Amino acid sequence: MQDSRTPAVSMRNITKTFGTIVANKGVNLDIYRGEILSLLGENGSGKTTLMNMLSGIYFPDEGEISIDGEPVVISSPKDAFDHGIGMIHQHFKLVNVFTAAQNIILGIDQDTENGKKIPGFSKLDVKNASKIIREICELYGFDVDPDQKVYDMSVSQKQTVEIVKVLYKGADILILDEPTAVLTPQETEKLFAVLRNMKAAGKTVVIITHKLHEVEAISDKVAILRKGEYIGTLITKETNAQEMTNMMVGHEVKLNIDRPEPHDVKPRIKVQGLTVRSEDGLLKLDDVSFTANTGEVLGIAGISGCGQKELLEAIAGLQPIEKGEIIYVEDDGRETNLAELSDMEIDAKGVSLAFVPEDRLGMGLVANMDLVDNMMLRSFRRKGSIAGFTDRKTPRALAEKVVDELEVMTPSLETPVRRLSGGNVQKVLVGREIAMDPTVLMSAYAVRGLDINASYTIYDLINQQKERGVAVIFVGEDLDVLLELSDRILVLCGGKVSGIVDGRTADKNEVGLLMTKLGGEAVG
Amino acid sequence: MDNKVKEPLIHITKRKMIPKKQEWAIRLGGILAALIVCAIITTITTHLNPIAVYGAMWEGSFGSERKIWAMLKELAALLLISVALTPAFKMKFWNLGGGGQVMAGVLATAACMITLADKMPSGAIMLISFVSALFAGALGAFIPAFCKAKWNTNETLFTLMMNYVATQIVAYFIIIWEKPKGSGKIGIINQQTQAGWLPEIGGKQYMLIVIVSLIMTVFMYIYLRYSKHGYELTVVGESQNTARYVGINVGKVIVRTLILCGLICGLTGWLLVAGTDHTMTTTIEGGKGFLGVMVAWLAHFNPLGMILSGLLMVFMAKGGSEISTALGLNSSYGDILTGIILFFVIGSEFFINYQIHFRKSHGKEATDA
Repeated sequence: MQDSRTPAVSMRNITKTFGTIVANKGVNLDIYRGEILSLLGENGSGKTTLMNMLSGIYFPDEGEISIDGEPVVISSPKDAFDHGIGMIHQHFKLVNVFTAAQNIILGIDQDTENGKKIPGFSKLDVKNASKIIREICELYGFDVDPDQKVYDMSVSQKQTVEIVKVLYKGADILILDEPTAVLTPQETEKLFAVLRNMKAAGKTVVIITHKLHEVEAISDKVAILRKGEYIGTLITKETNAQEMTNMMVGHEVKLNIDRPEPHDVKPRIKVQGLTVRSEDGLLKLDDVSFTANTGEVLGIAGISGCGQKELLEAIAGLQPIEKGEIIYVEDDGRETNLAELSDMEIDAKGVSLAFVPEDRLGMGLVANMDLVDNMMLRSFRRKGSIAGFTDRKTPRALAEKVVDELEVMTPSLETPVRRLSGGNVQKVLVGREIAMDPTVLMSAYAVRGLDINASYTIYDLINQQKERGVAVIFVGEDLDVLLELSDRILVLCGGKVSGIVDGRTADKNEVGLLMTKLGGEAVG
Repeated sequence: MDNKVKEPLIHITKRKMIPKKQEWAIRLGGILAALIVCAIITTITTHLNPIAVYGAMWEGSFGSERKIWAMLKELAALLLISVALTPAFKMKFWNLGGGGQVMAGVLATAACMITLADKMPSGAIMLISFVSALFAGALGAFIPAFCKAKWNTNETLFTLMMNYVATQIVAYFIIIWEKPKGSGKIGIINQQTQAGWLPEIGGKQYMLIVIVSLIMTVFMYIYLRYSKHGYELTVVGESQNTARYVGINVGKVIVRTLILCGLICGLTGWLLVAGTDHTMTTTIEGGKGFLGVMVAWLAHFNPLGMILSGLLMVFMAKGGSEISTALGLNSSYGDILTGIILFFVIGSEFFINYQIHFRKSHGKEATDA
């Protein structure tokens, strides 16, 4: 793309390798002042690596970087700040017991700022810092109390502190690495408003993302990477989701989700009057009743923390129940109340509940174990050839099958799953759960953090299970996906069922209203 | 603007997995480097020929048959405790009470041998002392494990404090059973009758504990690697949430594993009193409860590796005391050398996990500058 201006940042022919893995290969990228640029690409396409080289975390093997036309060398985050570049990472780097202001001035050499001769001997000037922080907040519309301790903050507040920290240090080129991954839709809106203010004030913003609707909502231009290579830059207004996807994935991708007609629909799980309290006595589920049918996808919508997690864990037998029934209906019509049984007893009954929890590496899998041992989590209790000993042959065969069928990218079956990318981790988990031959499949935020290809693999797997006659319960956060995938949608609001709607006829607005129906203001 | 175009001199990057051979080469290199540094420091500070010092250290462990057996006994006891601690550590239950659990076994064995001396045949005493030692050791480990499982108490402090409790109880009973009166010592128990003494295998007093320690090492290796229990405790150690999710009863696994841990510690105490020392002192365990922690860590919780790391520790301790007597060096000198060697051994782990790149010179920089 031609532009007569000198780019604020120009990266030329950047290559970076890690061992045998090529993270970036001959990438060229121009960033212009006063623009918001989206850096779009699938997981593992080298977006973060590229930006890490700009912010001094990594040093390129080859290629050059120029700022305002001058070649520069950035070999540390400090160098990057000297050139006005600041990056907000996905994982926050804040000291919990410090206040916002203390965190923000951490590592800033006030001595040199104040012209003191002996370093380390001037008093920390938190008061003045707080004043500057308030000015920054006023200017861009941030909502930060400089005196609030970090441990008292929500995730979005912590993120705000990270952004203010970068601005305080005087950055005018900000890089945000997947900033919305941890935010609710409302918080995302707020963040975008702030970013627009920053743009209006002449700052340059790079936002790393793989969500198309965010690209469309916020950016002026979008640069696309694929497998470490630079594909091209588009003007956001002149492109569309389909074109961006094709460039990102490299081939035509169908953007609508299949929804086969359910057949042979029978009740499988009848939840009646389910009430659950958290350990500290808070009411998490309040008199929840619904039925999940075979051959059907029951979507569960709601603002995060409205009882979705507790609902699934209660059905899986992992959550103590205060009152209510969870009736499991077998094919021949016999009924069992799962609420009275522990997960082991449920398993012993031959009820096969597959559960893909929200916390994949912390609950569904063991991060430090390899693929084979993770497959064994579900099967190790089965009788092996020698009593008391584990059988690794069956899980190994299963791991091979999952890697093969779901196209899991892994160096070997002996690789610890923490080394896999998010999409591959999820394929391993879903693959294992489906291999149980379940009658009920529950999943929480199954596509969170996954790229387009991996997401569609998961949707396909869910639909396959549905056609097999499995009762699928799908907790989702993206309303568009829920509306395309689910046969019925149950909306939770503050632990109560605020409505059950038909996925084919409901519209986004209707579901959105149900999500905030009970105690609307308090929730928002 | 700063016009100096300069690549940083050194980069440190995390390594991908490296082959086992290379890993061991790095470790061996670390030990060699440590020996060289020790040699230089020895020459500077003591003006002794470092080869002679190393020779003396070697003598300390391998100098005579008696010394070899003494070294093997130390190694066997250390190995037993390290192996006992390993399943707890794999479960991320930081059991620092190995010493105290051994002392519990020691006390139970001594109690049986003293109080039952004239009442039953030697074989029966052996059996009863065996059972009570195992029970005492298991009880010592069960108490902190139960509290952890039930109320999530801090196991590190709990087990640490249990060491002092065990030592004090032993000290109390030493005064009760002291012989001769007023000596503050127990002396050799049943010296005449040898009631309750374990038999010597092949005429070697220390053969039994060596054999048992090797059996337990192999047992633990298999238990951790291939048994369902081993798998469960690893899952609990890695993520209690995952363990609950797949239906593992976390509390049960904690208690079960610690009982195993205590059983082996109790066994060690039994072997020390009935098999090798035939007496009870407050120092019979000799700090091996703590040393065992280091041995287990150095071997990355692989029981077979602990034979090597345990040997290193015992060799350094024996060698250290030998150079202080043979060459008239201060007794702390051995500790200094041990410290240096450990520093290099642990330091070599850094080079196994990370790679250091030095700046490559290529002509392009000149044109950029």
